[in-house]
Amino acid sequence: MTYSLWRVAREALRGNTGWEPAWRDPAPKPRYDVIVVGGGGHGLATAHYLAKLHGITNVAVLEKSWIGSGNAGRNTTIIRSNYLLPGNEVFYEHSMKLWEGLEQDLNFNTMVSQRGVLNLFHSDGERDAAARRGNSMRLHGADGELLDAAQVRAMVPLLDFDNARFPITGGLLQRRGGTARHDAVVWGYARAADRRGVDIIQNCEVTGIRVEGGRVRGVETTRGYIAAGKVGLACAGNTSRVAAMAGLRLPIESHVLQAFVSEAIKPLVHTVMTFGAGHFYISQSDKGSLVFGGDIDGYNSYAQRGSLPIVEHVAEACVALLPCTGRLRMLRSWGGVMDMSMDGSPIIDRTPVDGLYLNAGWCYGGFKATPASGWCFAHTIAHDQAHALNAAMRLDRFATGALIDENGAGAQPNLH
Amino acid sequence: MRIPCPHCGERGNEEFLYRGAACLPRPSAEAPDAQWHDYVYLRDNPAGSHRELWQHVHGCRRWLVLTRDTRTHAIAAAVDVAAAAP
Repeated sequence: MTYSLWRVAREALRGNTGWEPAWRDPAPKPRYDVIVVGGGGHGLATAHYLAKLHGITNVAVLEKSWIGSGNAGRNTTIIRSNYLLPGNEVFYEHSMKLWEGLEQDLNFNTMVSQRGVLNLFHSDGERDAAARRGNSMRLHGADGELLDAAQVRAMVPLLDFDNARFPITGGLLQRRGGTARHDAVVWGYARAADRRGVDIIQNCEVTGIRVEGGRVRGVETTRGYIAAGKVGLACAGNTSRVAAMAGLRLPIESHVLQAFVSEAIKPLVHTVMTFGAGHFYISQSDKGSLVFGGDIDGYNSYAQRGSLPIVEHVAEACVALLPCTGRLRMLRSWGGVMDMSMDGSPIIDRTPVDGLYLNAGWCYGGFKATPASGWCFAHTIAHDQAHALNAAMRLDRFATGALIDENGAGAQPNLH
Repeated sequence: MRIPCPHCGERGNEEFLYRGAACLPRPSAEAPDAQWHDYVYLRDNPAGSHRELWQHVHGCRRWLVLTRDTRTHAIAAAVDVAAAAP
C-alpha cells in the first residue's frame, strides 16, 4: 500500500478500516543471502539499500526485541553534517543529502525538519575553531555560516548572552541541519525494506555466529540456526558482545548516554542549539517538549539508564544557556548504550572473518548517520569492499595510525 | 552510583575519575606494534563483571581497582591498586 493524500482521504471516509500492517511478521527462513544483525535504523537502512540499490532481496534483519527499541528510540533526533575531518565530513554530508530525499524514497513521513543547527561559541579561540570547521564543511560541499553575536541574538533572543563567564560571541550555523522523527525513520526503513522482500524478524536474538574455515556460515538465534552467505553486524551498543561470538576483540567500549525531555511549552527553541561552554544540545519537539542532552556518564555501562550527577550537570548547562527554563519541569529521561570507539569515529568495514561485516562505533552520533550508514554498509556488503564514502572508516585504522579523531582526545573513549 | 573507597568510605561517583579497564598487560618497550595496538586500543568490554581503574580525585587521590557489574553497577570489590591482584 502506497501512502498518499488520496489514501488518507479514502480511509477517512471509510472509518480507517482499510489500513494494513506496514510490514509482515515472517518466520525465519533456513537460509538468507545476507543477514543483518540489529533492527535499529542502521540495520533496517542497510536492508533497504541492499534491496533497492544492489538487488539483494533475500535478506533478513534480526532484532532481539522490537525494531527501534535500542538507540534508534533513545536519541535526540538531531541531523547535521558539521564535521571537520575529511574522513567524516564527506560521509555525513552524503547522509544529509539522503535525509533531504528520504520521505520520497521511503514513501513515509519521517518528519525531516531542516530547522538549522547552531553551535554557539564563547571566546576568540572557539570562534577560530568554529570558522575552521565551517570552512571544512563548505569545502566538502555542505553549508555553514559564521554568525556574530548580533546575528545570533536576532535569531534566538532568549539566551544568556552577557554571561560574565561565558558570553555568547557568535555561532556556527548549518541551516540544512535539523531534526527528524526517530521512530518514523525506523518504521519507514522497515516498511520500505519489507516491501522489497526483506524479512524483518523481531524477538530473535543472535546467540552465536558460526564460522568455519575462516568464513561465516550463519547465526545461532533464539529461534534456531539460520544459514547466511554474509552477515552484517549493525548492533551498536552491543557490538563487542556480538563480535566476540565470532572471536573478534574490538576497539570499543560501551557507555550510557542520557537524554531528557521537559514538559510541553509554547514555542521557545525553533532551531537546534549547542552550548559551547559545556557539552549540551537542545531542540524543541513538535509536541512542545524541550529535548536535550549532554555528556555520556563516562564509565563502561550496558545499563539503559544513567546516573544522577549527569542529570544535574545537563540541567545546569540548560539553565546556563537558557535561564528562562529554570522553573521548567523535566518530564522524562532515558539512557542508551553507545559503542564508544577509540577515536570517536565509526567503523564500516569488512572483518578478518570472510563474509562478516562490521557497522559499529557510532559513539553518540549514530542517528544523523542512519541513511549514509545503511547506504555505505549495503555497498560494503554487496561488493565486499568499502565505498569511497566510508573508505576511511576502517577497522584496521587503529593499527595503521590513520585515525579519525575529531576531538583529538586519544584512545580514551569516555572523552570523545 | 556510590563507590566504597577503601580509604574514605562510600562516596558519590562524581568524586572519581574513570580510566577504563584495569590490569591490561602492558607490553615491553621492544614489543612489536601489534602487541601495542592490542594494549592501547582493544578491550574486552564485557556485559557483566568488569575490573576497572578509578581515581578518587576529590578525596584521597588514590587509584582504586573496582570490580563492577556493567549491567547493574553493583560493586563487588573496591581495593587500592597497591593491594589489588595484578
